[in-house]
Amino acid sequence: MKHTLAFLAAALIATALPAQADDTLDVVAQFEIQSPEPSTTGYIFTRMGITETLTHADPQGVLTPGLATDWTADGDGLSWTFTLRDGVRFHDGTAMTAEAVAAALDIARTKPGPLAKTPITAIKAMDGAVVITLSDPFAALPAYLAHFSAQILAPAAYGAEDAGVTVIGTGPYKITDLAPPLSLKAEAFDGYWGPAPHVPNVRYSAVSRVETRALMAESGDADFVFGLDPASVARLGLSDAVTVHSVAIPRVLLIKVNADHPALSEPEARRALSLAIDREGIARAVLRYPEGATQLFPPSVGAWHNDSLVPLAHDPGKAKELLQGLGWTMGGDGILTRNGERFALTLTTYPDRPELPLVAAVLEQQFRAIGAELTINTTNSSEISAGHADGSLDLGLIARNFGLIPNPVGTILSDYAPTGDWGAMGWQNDEITDLARSVGRGDGGAPARARITEILQTELPIIPIAWYRQTLAVAKGVEGAVIDPWERTFGLPELRLSQ
Amino acid sequence: MNTLVTRGIQALMVAVLIGAATFAMMRALPGDAAYRIAAGRYGYDNVDTAAADAVRDELGLDGPALPALLHWLGDLLRLDFGNSLVSGQPVIAEIGHQLGASLSLAAVAVVLSLIMGPPLGILAGLRPGGLLDRGLLVVSTGLKAVPQFLMALILILILSVQFRLLPAAGYGAARHFILPALALALGLAAVNARIARDAMARIGAMPFYSFAQWKGLSRRQALLHHGLRNVSVPLLTYLGLQFVTLVEGVVVVEAIFGWPGIGHALVHAIFSRDVPMVQGTALCLGLGFVLINTAIDLLTARIDPRRAA
Repeated sequence: MKHTLAFLAAALIATALPAQADDTLDVVAQFEIQSPEPSTTGYIFTRMGITETLTHADPQGVLTPGLATDWTADGDGLSWTFTLRDGVRFHDGTAMTAEAVAAALDIARTKPGPLAKTPITAIKAMDGAVVITLSDPFAALPAYLAHFSAQILAPAAYGAEDAGVTVIGTGPYKITDLAPPLSLKAEAFDGYWGPAPHVPNVRYSAVSRVETRALMAESGDADFVFGLDPASVARLGLSDAVTVHSVAIPRVLLIKVNADHPALSEPEARRALSLAIDREGIARAVLRYPEGATQLFPPSVGAWHNDSLVPLAHDPGKAKELLQGLGWTMGGDGILTRNGERFALTLTTYPDRPELPLVAAVLEQQFRAIGAELTINTTNSSEISAGHADGSLDLGLIARNFGLIPNPVGTILSDYAPTGDWGAMGWQNDEITDLARSVGRGDGGAPARARITEILQTELPIIPIAWYRQTLAVAKGVEGAVIDPWERTFGLPELRLSQ
Repeated sequence: MNTLVTRGIQALMVAVLIGAATFAMMRALPGDAAYRIAAGRYGYDNVDTAAADAVRDELGLDGPALPALLHWLGDLLRLDFGNSLVSGQPVIAEIGHQLGASLSLAAVAVVLSLIMGPPLGILAGLRPGGLLDRGLLVVSTGLKAVPQFLMALILILILSVQFRLLPAAGYGAARHFILPALALALGLAAVNARIARDAMARIGAMPFYSFAQWKGLSRRQALLHHGLRNVSVPLLTYLGLQFVTLVEGVVVVEAIFGWPGIGHALVHAIFSRDVPMVQGTALCLGLGFVLINTAIDLLTARIDPRRAA
């Protein structure tokens, strides 16, 4: 008996010894791999440097050449020519031809995604270029082609009904083993058109629990751990083994408001709810961020942040006054009533992002302080969309990504011109629709953007609460890590493992 | 032989019942399935009504329920589990991958628990009321009382973060097995040990056992020849029941350790209304239960021929 136990203990310790320093970079994030289908899992492939898009974006959102070296629109803006990079090979060794690019984009635009919302009428392969024709001028088109769903895969990557069956991209890394739902391995692709990556092998693991990811960073199991919760960031900050990075990103924690709801149709009522929110408190206590949102766009999205706006403030007294002015009177139970109707709303949110239910609980308290009763419904994220479609949503607490494409006009167009599943509901403003379309076309500049943010700030079809920060923990031996605020890439090719 | 026929019929009934029950439950859940599937596919940044409509068109979700269920049963008879509504991959392939991962984890956990629990339990049962017996009661009660997710986090904190002996999570190498298997095994062993202890104490007090020692067998011989075989019957029977605990534990432990198993798959499939995946995984678990109980029945009949008669 003793011998067996001693043997087992020895075996445990022997297998348990930490792996030798190796040439593989371990990346851990929350995103699960579904299949080789680019429209669903493509964002993992682009982030891992396995697939690429025609255009890329720098941290400021300025488009940079990707698989296309340059792009121009003709005089009327209805035809765009994307000149393709020479000498690009797919991971199966075949050359990236204009026909292959046109075919990949044609498949991408038939699937749900941003590309389906563009006025594209045709995509043609020319000599070393693709020509995209539009029904309306659309200056933001090159930014849409930076979206992961517009990634360029070889013709052999698609099977029946254009579903992705294998991932044959052009990126610096080539998949050696794809094991949905949790892992993929890739090695440096020796036929890559650009500079070879420094780290020869990368491995991606999906770990859905944020506590586990943080522990993996802390214990040194993973070199590159993406998406940490506020509490872990504070703890990992004290660790010698990892460096924590944090960057403001164009993702906003906000309340989507149903302006058709009798209690929410007046702008003053929405302003009252906004005044009830202690953004500073939520940011510091729940999210552990330095500041709350003062308007929709954070200062890091320079072209859309508007310094001249009056900041969103916290003033419960003023909120009560506004509601009183609208005819609401305080009932005996501390909840406002008007014509026999209680000021009672349901706030729908989803647990995919763990901070959302927490913030919802804080909002319940803060709204009650001005006499508004909130019922929290934590459910599937699609209920926001479904509730928008059938009009049953009152309030939705959501994390909206304004960087779906590296140009916030994409989200503005889909959410506010005139309404959108994740934007305005029961609120239409012809001016904002015209302005957003003019920015999309390319003839509306800084004044149009400033006016859009001004309208959103005064009308509050959505109530901004906080600007998100993306977090990353990198092991001490890894150099060159940078967070892409547009959430397009992990930047693996630039990383180095120091010895 | 008779057992096998009965069990075969039982398995068939289990399959039909599970299929119908999961189908009915998934249909009865509130919310529009097309939206849930679209959220599962495209994520919260990209789910919208257009995506849900595309999913509805593609999968023909508007059809009546009964033909859909009969269709599934028909496919099942041809051993065709269909494709996942979310990933589009064949359900059988996904389950094959995930069931393998879960089974290997469960097997390691059971083996670990059998190494830890019953030997200690038998030692304690040989001297009921002794120091080991009393100590084991406290330890096993304590271990059983700790929820598995807490046990998992405690193990990670001590063994990976503090002492850096084992990987905190992950899948692939042998060393990835130790922590999740241990997290499962400690809970199983806590109960194993109690069952073995009670059985041993009961058998140790029986006249035949005392007789074995009177006739001159050493304590060791008496235990090996007359004790173990008798203790193993209740232990094996209980092991069959522990399969349920194990399935429960696997769901929690897999989530914490990032283990690509069937528990993880089932949770995700339910969340995103992936009916064929839910049916497939539930069916696998149900049939697994029948299979394990059959094996245990056959085994105990072999060990204790009085039962077979």
